[in-house]
Amino acid sequence: MESPFRSEAAAFRFLLITIGAFALIVIMAVISTALGFLTFLALSAAAVAMYLRQRGPTPDREHVATLGGPDERRVLVVANETVQGEELLSTISTLALIERTQFLVVCPALNSRLKTFTSDEDPARAAARARLDVTLARLASVGIEASGEVGDGDPLVAVDDAMRTFGPNEIVISTHPPGKSNWLERGIVESVRARYDVPVTHVVVELAAGTDD
Amino acid sequence: MTAHAEPLHGHDDHHGPPPANQSSRVDPRTLGMLLFIGSEIMLFGSFFAAYFFVRVVNPGAPDHWPPEPYHFPVFVAGVNTAILVTSSFTMHWALQCIKRGERAGFLAGMVLTFLMGFAFLLTQVVEYLNVGFNTSDGAFASVFFGLTGLHGAHVFVGLSLLGMVIIRGFRGHYSPEHHHGVELPGIYWHFVDVMWIVVYATVYLL
Repeated sequence: MESPFRSEAAAFRFLLITIGAFALIVIMAVISTALGFLTFLALSAAAVAMYLRQRGPTPDREHVATLGGPDERRVLVVANETVQGEELLSTISTLALIERTQFLVVCPALNSRLKTFTSDEDPARAAARARLDVTLARLASVGIEASGEVGDGDPLVAVDDAMRTFGPNEIVISTHPPGKSNWLERGIVESVRARYDVPVTHVVVELAAGTDD
Repeated sequence: MTAHAEPLHGHDDHHGPPPANQSSRVDPRTLGMLLFIGSEIMLFGSFFAAYFFVRVVNPGAPDHWPPEPYHFPVFVAGVNTAILVTSSFTMHWALQCIKRGERAGFLAGMVLTFLMGFAFLLTQVVEYLNVGFNTSDGAFASVFFGLTGLHGAHVFVGLSLLGMVIIRGFRGHYSPEHHHGVELPGIYWHFVDVMWIVVYATVYLL
């Protein structure tokens, strides 16, 4: 979504649209008050629909400086409900075998929009923390060095935060299969690939139940 | 004889705190203006809510607005609207000029914008003095002065911003590469114009 006030040129365009829209509303209202009101409703609905359909400008690809040493590989793992999936654990194990690798597992605290707006995020964070703890314990039991944290509810923001604090060489994103995954529907994997100049591996995890990532 | 001072530190030395994390990827100054305008929309929204409430509960609604025997100066406000809308065009022109490095056009555009904004405000004051009713004449008068006065206050703030841009412009500030200080007041000025279109259509015409 792009704000109509993101720049002077956009604000000027919005002013011209506003003039046209209100001129139409006034003309219709002169004919009939109800017609004017209906025009206002129709134009408002059309404006909201157009605004929601707009795609924001594509940001430039960002270079991420790794924070690890020369002989250390750092992998950022992003997953929520699929964090305990066998496919993901297998991928992490394979990467750990190649060279000395430091993993950071980030579980975004996924929440509903209503709960996010009302700051009711404690249950979501607790659920993410519980899944994360189980996963870290399981990785530790097979000798994989990993740390973890609960991330922002928006997976892109969670990745962005981790990129700055962890500075990875590679990102692994785990999701449900296509058709079941909200993240795939939102294009999270493509967005991360477009945003950062590090390799991004997408792991599809088939769980028995559940629809959230 | 010339003196040459070596820098005390190399170019790679970093001073001060690390750059802040900027997950939103929106320029902080633009984001600040967006949040400000968001709060302004809510403020205007509350005044519009009061206006529509008073208008709906008016005994003569919906046929008699404003209540007899009062009238809103529709024509004068219409001329004022034309002045304010034109000022948005000159504001846009001024910014386009500074982006192209045309300083004379930029300054002319900014001065014209300021003068038209000032003329709008002056006309509104004259309108208040001659409108024929006061805030004590009923709720309709209170919401009329409240809503148009709120907008007038925003025009005053906008004029202050434009005044600062003009002063800085005459001192040689701004260039095709650095004109953010013109862009942000421009966004605000267009927002003030958008709000006036809504106020004029709602209060005077409908």
